[in-house]
Amino acid sequence: MAAYGHTQDHGHDDHHAHKPSGIMRWVGSTNHKDIGTMYLWFSFTMFLVGGVMALIIRSELFQPGLQIVKPEFFNSMTTYHGLIMVFGAIMPAFVGFANWLIPMQIGAPDMAFPRMNNLSFWLLPPAALLLIAAQFAPGGGAGVGWTLYAPLSTQAGPAMDLTIFAIHILGMSSIMGSINIITTILNMRAPGMTMMKMPMFCWTWLITAYLLVAVMPVLAGAVTMTLTDRHFGTHFFNAAGGGDPVLYQHIFWFFGHPEVYIIAIPAFGVVSQVIPAFSRKPLFGYASMVYATSSIAILSFMVWAHHMYTSGMPVEAQLYFMYATVLIAVPTGVKVFNWVATMWRGSLTFETPMLFALGFLFLFTLGGFTGLVLSIVPVDVQLHDTYYVVAHFHYVMVAGALFSAFAGIYFWLPKWTGRMYNETLGKWHFWLSLVFFNVTFFVQHFLGLAGMPRRIPDYSLQFAEFNMISSIGAFGFGLSQLLFLYIVIKTITSGEKAAERQWEGADSLEWTHLPSPAPWHSFETPPVVK
Amino acid sequence: MKNERANRRMMTKLSIFAVAMFGFGFALVPFYEKICEVTGINNLIKPAAAVENTQIDKSRWVTLEFDSNAHGLEWDFKPVQRSVRVHPGEMIQIEYDVRNNGANAIVGQAIPSYSPKHSAPFVKKMECFCFKQQPLQAGESKRMPVQFVIDSTLPENVTTITLSYTFFEVKGASTAPLKNGGQG
Repeated sequence: MAAYGHTQDHGHDDHHAHKPSGIMRWVGSTNHKDIGTMYLWFSFTMFLVGGVMALIIRSELFQPGLQIVKPEFFNSMTTYHGLIMVFGAIMPAFVGFANWLIPMQIGAPDMAFPRMNNLSFWLLPPAALLLIAAQFAPGGGAGVGWTLYAPLSTQAGPAMDLTIFAIHILGMSSIMGSINIITTILNMRAPGMTMMKMPMFCWTWLITAYLLVAVMPVLAGAVTMTLTDRHFGTHFFNAAGGGDPVLYQHIFWFFGHPEVYIIAIPAFGVVSQVIPAFSRKPLFGYASMVYATSSIAILSFMVWAHHMYTSGMPVEAQLYFMYATVLIAVPTGVKVFNWVATMWRGSLTFETPMLFALGFLFLFTLGGFTGLVLSIVPVDVQLHDTYYVVAHFHYVMVAGALFSAFAGIYFWLPKWTGRMYNETLGKWHFWLSLVFFNVTFFVQHFLGLAGMPRRIPDYSLQFAEFNMISSIGAFGFGLSQLLFLYIVIKTITSGEKAAERQWEGADSLEWTHLPSPAPWHSFETPPVVK
Repeated sequence: MKNERANRRMMTKLSIFAVAMFGFGFALVPFYEKICEVTGINNLIKPAAAVENTQIDKSRWVTLEFDSNAHGLEWDFKPVQRSVRVHPGEMIQIEYDVRNNGANAIVGQAIPSYSPKHSAPFVKKMECFCFKQQPLQAGESKRMPVQFVIDSTLPENVTTITLSYTFFEVKGASTAPLKNGGQG
């Protein structure tokens, strides 16, 4: 963890002399900016760990047959790649954004509960260590898939217990973080900062935090049931004892579908800040954006079983879940059209944050369309658990959430560090990521349509070419992210000084009222918003 | 500070909500079972339907008559039921009573015969006292089962089958009582 102190100190050290120094500044930190920084570095570290796991998967799939890893280890890699990317990389990244930005954007001095904020972050490293330690448990990591479906999970080895415990800890961290965010947004806005004047990013996080408080406990319940089935003689999911494994799927996806929006909605928020800034126009249809995001959140509780069409469901239920799922395309469409309308007749420039936001817009919409394809029952029955599904959710998770996180980091890096990143390198990072992302995942649509199942270490010979292309893309994508690390470190250590309002089109409080870098303590006297 | 109290109240509310949602996860278990029960979706929790024999030809009836003779033996030997009406393909079990009225232990062997003669191959016996020798002590009585199926390929014109058993003495066989149901 020393790396956090080392790399981030430079951004702040000439402002307030009274902050603690050394490692204790970070261990005991109650400062929302420091905690945000730690969240972001933690998430990037986990992104590399999960990325290495993805590359192990793609190495094995480079050629048909079993060359590099054993099938059990391959299963463990698919499981922990998913868990680490979702709970370790993407969610903490956006919580990092929330910590850094929400107090500054609403004119609050800090988060509502600074000590709880510290605890929320410091629960993450032990959970991550548990997930990594699970690899070395007797029998290896639990190869049950990130969804931890029963009955496989109730029969897996000791690694499963470590995983369950990690999920409990991650859940507690998320719930505490969400309580903090909701309270901050509802109670600590500066005078004049009405709800409908808040930057879109704060709105999306408010909605996300409510989703988190509602569904993380349900996931905790599901894994608790798995745990008691394993060790304490209950039969929630054990058919032999009168339970039902399909029940697990229902409980899991009651959490799992809102979880998809927990990842996507903050990404919408970041993009809703970036696109207006580089279009030099206010966000088109702000109010409709708020309502669309809220309706996506509400609908997300009503569509969970579209992940389970093939689990044996009456046709009436399939029809209901199909129509409800298709309905989500309406508010999502409202958002996409609003972003496009924001750019319409704007004075567009294409700096790196804007490029990533546009990459997001284009590829997320594509991923949304394949989602629509998968929502149709007769199609899904064919495509269920094929690479088409893998392609679909990587378009919304990687090109959606991750690209938007990159957009946000390039956008706010000048404000956070007081220094500008190298624009040329940033553009290189974007184009390399964009090309290699599509090389990796676009071909997986074809593999899925041709019937290649996911989570299997071997495949028939007819899938060989596309898998080879996909693996090459994956390595290219992974290596491109090292360029990102280099750009960020270079910015922190020797970037050019950034202006207070580095982007002329950016109009939220952190750009208009605070210098760059943002001081360690900001808005101790709340600004007055007109 | 006023703000701080409002924050704490908000934290309490949200924490209660989170705990309630944890409970909701568990409440889904009985809820799920109830839904499955009401809609009849989940047949795992229903007892399996009774197994039905699809080999039974319900379109016709066959009458089976039972006859019994004890050839030169002082045995009382007669069927419990004189006749039954069955469908071809149905599994039937009937019983015979036998009693040794003589003073000595005797081993008997029952020999079946069928009328009409050509119906013999269609009477498929699973279990019969005629499969093995039957030792009877003096004064001993027994109830003996016959289990069989009338093959559904039985010619249409056969509507009555008479099954007749005759007991003969088996000379020189051991008359010791059989243990554990006998060895055949």
